[in-house]
Amino acid sequence: MRRFLANEQFEINCSQAVVMRARRVRISKIEEMVMLASPPSAVDDTVRKPCRLSLSDRIETWLPKIILAPTFVVTLLFIYGFILWTGCLSFTTSRMLPNYEFAGLSQYHALFANERWWVALKNLALFGGLFIAGCLAIGLSLAILLDQKIRGEGFIRSVYLYPMALSFVVTGTAWKWMLNPGLGIEKLVRDFGFHNFTFDWLTNSELSIYTVVIAGVWQSSGFIMAMFLAGLRGVDDSIIKAAQVDGASLPVIYWRIIIPSLRPVFFSAFMILSHIAIKSFDLVMALTGGGPGFSSDTPATFMYTFSFTRNQIGMGAASAMMMLMIVAAVVVPFLYSELRSSRRG
Amino acid sequence: MGALSIRNVRKSYGTTEILKGINIEIEEGEFLILVGPSGCGKSTLLAMIAGLDNITSGEVYIGERKVNDLSPKDRDIAMVFQSYALYPNMTVRQNISFGLEIRKVPKAEQQKIVAQVAQILQMEQLLDRKPSQLSGGQRQRVAMGRAIARNPTLFLFDEPLSNLDAKLRVEMRTEIKLLHKRVGKTIVYVTHDQVEAMTLGDKIAVMKDGEVVQFGTPQQIYDNPVNLFVASFMGSPSMNFIPCRVAVLDGKFGLKMDTGGQTHVFPVEGASSALAAYAGREIIVGIRPEKITHKVDFLAGAPNFYVAETTIEISEPTGADTLLVITINDKNIVCRVHPDYAKSQGERMAFMFDMSKTVYFDPVTELRIL
Amino acid sequence: MADSSNTQTQGSSRFGRYLIYTLLGLVCLYYLMPLFIMLSTSLKTLDDIRTGSLVSLPAHVTFQPWLDAWSKACIGVRCEGMSVYFWNSFRFVVPAVLISTLAGAFNGYVLTLWRFRGSDIFFSALMIGCFIPFQVILLPMARTLGELGIFNTISGLIFVHVVYGVSFTTLFFRNYYVTIPDELVKAARIDGAGFLRIFWRIILPISTPIVVVSIIWQFTQIWNDFLFGVVFSSGDHQPVTVALNNLVNTSTGVIGYNVDMAAAIIAALPTLFIYIVAGKYFVRGLTAGSVKG
Repeated sequence: MRRFLANEQFEINCSQAVVMRARRVRISKIEEMVMLASPPSAVDDTVRKPCRLSLSDRIETWLPKIILAPTFVVTLLFIYGFILWTGCLSFTTSRMLPNYEFAGLSQYHALFANERWWVALKNLALFGGLFIAGCLAIGLSLAILLDQKIRGEGFIRSVYLYPMALSFVVTGTAWKWMLNPGLGIEKLVRDFGFHNFTFDWLTNSELSIYTVVIAGVWQSSGFIMAMFLAGLRGVDDSIIKAAQVDGASLPVIYWRIIIPSLRPVFFSAFMILSHIAIKSFDLVMALTGGGPGFSSDTPATFMYTFSFTRNQIGMGAASAMMMLMIVAAVVVPFLYSELRSSRRG
Repeated sequence: MGALSIRNVRKSYGTTEILKGINIEIEEGEFLILVGPSGCGKSTLLAMIAGLDNITSGEVYIGERKVNDLSPKDRDIAMVFQSYALYPNMTVRQNISFGLEIRKVPKAEQQKIVAQVAQILQMEQLLDRKPSQLSGGQRQRVAMGRAIARNPTLFLFDEPLSNLDAKLRVEMRTEIKLLHKRVGKTIVYVTHDQVEAMTLGDKIAVMKDGEVVQFGTPQQIYDNPVNLFVASFMGSPSMNFIPCRVAVLDGKFGLKMDTGGQTHVFPVEGASSALAAYAGREIIVGIRPEKITHKVDFLAGAPNFYVAETTIEISEPTGADTLLVITINDKNIVCRVHPDYAKSQGERMAFMFDMSKTVYFDPVTELRIL
Repeated sequence: MADSSNTQTQGSSRFGRYLIYTLLGLVCLYYLMPLFIMLSTSLKTLDDIRTGSLVSLPAHVTFQPWLDAWSKACIGVRCEGMSVYFWNSFRFVVPAVLISTLAGAFNGYVLTLWRFRGSDIFFSALMIGCFIPFQVILLPMARTLGELGIFNTISGLIFVHVVYGVSFTTLFFRNYYVTIPDELVKAARIDGAGFLRIFWRIILPISTPIVVVSIIWQFTQIWNDFLFGVVFSSGDHQPVTVALNNLVNTSTGVIGYNVDMAAAIIAALPTLFIYIVAGKYFVRGLTAGSVKG
């Protein structure tokens, strides 16, 4: 009752509710007018009227949407709008400054006629393939080893995972130093007496992209290990016990039962790694700077170079759109299979 | 006007109709049970009474107020949830007083109310604990305490006991019943458990597929189910349904019962006229397990009591009673027999059928033949 | 999980265990080596670096490289060390982390406990933000920041990081809040609490773990970001990662490897510190954002 009275003043009265309430509370002038003005049918309570809700209640029902609105606008403008914008730029002749002179697909033609773009694509394929394969192999192996009731597991796990806390720029800087032919690992091995040992990948335009793989795998494999380990811990114990009762040995159990059940983890890991690979920018910039020459360029560094240092905005936009396509080519099938399996489950 | 009246309430999501015109009216202080299998719409109906779900059409009145467009907080209700929904970050005391605090009840009065509630539910020692430190039964109690503290005109319970183990459930059931007696408030209680429905309710609404199939007192529903569904849903073990041919015998009707080789004809007393239309045809005879017992000599032969001997197929002792399964008209029939008189599996035994509370159903429409 | 007790009784298993520990130990060395080399190099003199070995400890420990890196090293045209950029990073990282976490918490709250028609579609649409390569928004964003007059400012970086961080924080909070029963909100509504009060009084107090996860994740991401920093800022307003890259890749004069390493460690310190202090949450953030996303 007390609650009721407290709320009274917020009511917007235009119907039945008024009549009910009017018995208890004084009828204000406005209420009177509304009641007089409303034809009998307005009091017919089978017709729903939104104005029956009190003001505070109406704000209340809108509040969730109001809260979400800024994110909605931001997403619409700064994600979808900007993708569209970049798409538009890629169809223009923009160079140093954006202009909106329609140029059809000429930027794309130019892009695919550009040797440097092909190098970037080839590097992405090489780096992406090796980086993903390396991280998956190392990550899974380490996870299985760590899953053998290891003493000090927590500590070892933290050691494997810490590179993930580092910036790719820091990782790149560290490995750039270690891979430095003059003073790095090459010198270290030569000092051991192997005088002909050469490890000059960093300055070798044929091999420089592989240094990115080395540093990338070092940084990300621990994370994949953590994902697999979480996956292994999630495997139902009773399945393993059942397999043991059936007489399966440990390797067989892993190979035939546990690893196949990690399929979703493989999927997610693949997704994340391919995403890192496609976006790889910082690591390449810090480690090789795309060099020597442009031998270790990736689409990400290509896009940056053409858009911001070589004033080829149109082509930069075209390369960005191509990157989006590549990501979509990876993500869409993944999301599709995820959605399908979640609908089944 | 009653304490709660639901008038022609419908609910639909798009083209699917969840509730197809519900009409229920109960008086001040009554305990209403909404019971039915899952998906029958009972929880949706409760949510609509609470104001947590919109009403597509129809009206809900609490007391004299039409509440269709009132938000939950203005309906003067309190609700107990299946998961208890205790605020995990608050102590029991804060859980109970939260609603009071929002309604700007003075601090001193809040404390008084909390103390009262704690005393009613005997949980004074729990007041400063967090929900995570409580057992299932204790959480249940706090959830009820939170509802009582608000002193609403209407209590809503949404399957409050289904997360408890069997023993605790029986205890809490009694406690809810006691509480209802003490507080005397109107309660709407949703459950899928027919035992809870029978033991707690003043009125039961049996629901199926978005409709109230039958509305009445527990005894009415138990004794006079309107159709096969209600008959089979209420009661445990479930009512026996025997397909029987209606025989005409000296101008009276009889039911043919075949107990494996032997055919008995049980004459039907009363209700005969309704059966006329079914003479020579098959109907479904509903008889509760407790109406088929061992032969009691002084009753055997009395009107409506018939005896038939048959072989016991399975014997299931439950302690208080022994359930014996026999075959009549090729159907397994459960009989509830006092353990002292129950014979073992495979033995022959004379059973006494009390046909006075027997009900008949049309095999096609599944409706009661009256 | 995999119970190795049945294999442990066999003779070869003891050897197997040693092998496993040895392997794990070697891998530990592999992961720790770069950090060790960075640290030892940063404490060596340049002579020591040239004559000594990559993996040797410094002959004479010197802190000069650290002092240089912090306040004297030349980055671009300025020779004031990393300190300016280090504080720059803090100035935009902290607000960006807090704003994006708060926004994510609100969004997650609405998208799970106050769902409305179309809210699921909105969530899916928002998740695209986790997947797009940011190259695709760089050019329009540069232009927009210019129009708004916040290009090459701390506010500009805050803005960009909030805009593209909200997808992730929303995902975190949504995945956390889906485990909260709807009935909790219903109970509070019947108790008379409204949208905001339920959030502040009930939902936020039980969100501590996910708030920590979100803060750590966002801090690491934003602190370590290079792309937005290099595109949307220049000169004095650059973040520490960009400064580090400029320092290392400025090829004028003698290359001070020891200073480079000290600078790299300085740039890595805040995130490493968080990793050491709250590693548990760090892992949870990584997996929360990935396994479910």
